[in-house]
Amino acid sequence: MSKLVRFAADILYPVVLIFGLYVVAHGHITPGGGFQGGAVIATGVALVIVAYSYKEASAWITGSGSMAREVIGLMGFIGTALIAFFFGMPFFYNYLAGQGGLFGVPVAFGPNPGELNTGGFVPLMNFSVGIEVWGGFSLVILYLLSGLLRRRNGEEEES
Amino acid sequence: MKKELIAVVLLAILVALAAVVLPLRFGSPMKSDMDDYFLRYGQEQTGTNNQCTSVTFDYRGFDTLGESTVFFCAVIGVGLMFRRMTGGEEIEDE
Repeated sequence: MSKLVRFAADILYPVVLIFGLYVVAHGHITPGGGFQGGAVIATGVALVIVAYSYKEASAWITGSGSMAREVIGLMGFIGTALIAFFFGMPFFYNYLAGQGGLFGVPVAFGPNPGELNTGGFVPLMNFSVGIEVWGGFSLVILYLLSGLLRRRNGEEEES
Repeated sequence: MKKELIAVVLLAILVALAAVVLPLRFGSPMKSDMDDYFLRYGQEQTGTNNQCTSVTFDYRGFDTLGESTVFFCAVIGVGLMFRRMTGGEEIEDE
């Protein structure tokens, strides 16, 4: 793409990443959550891949890295739910809520301004799902663009 | 003749179904016990102000687990279509 598009992408990429992280991290307080925040972050990845050529962008947004992100997200999701077994609780029991410590500040009933350090394991789940969606969507975009590139190269070789 | 018979039978079934279904009033009386429970105890039990998140990630975590698995499978399917990007062995037909 042209220099203007690259400049705009350079400026917008960190903003998009920070907004996605905000949506993921505040998933238990404000509307949003892991899926939505991950999709926003993947939009930033798509912006970079569109603004730069596939060759330049794929040097640091690699397919294997995105795959690792996706697998780590899913494994983290299942693992966070499995930890409840060590406390003698059923699968998906919220073992961190209201205990004090990490994400464990108790929340009273009724409207309140909200505290980031609440929610039990819900923020952990949000982060793992966000990482998974980030990796998955980046991988899909990379796959699709690589197919496009291959087809274009093949046509050039044929003609 | 046969077509007309089939049409009449279908019409009769439709009328019978309509006679059963139309007098029903959907959504009344409202069953709101579950909603009331989530709204009343959700904040204390899960510590989340956002009740949607508390339902999708805590009370119905299995649903989100299945959703993540479906997403994972979808990405795997796209990857199978565009296999050659990963630099693996190319499978030649014939």
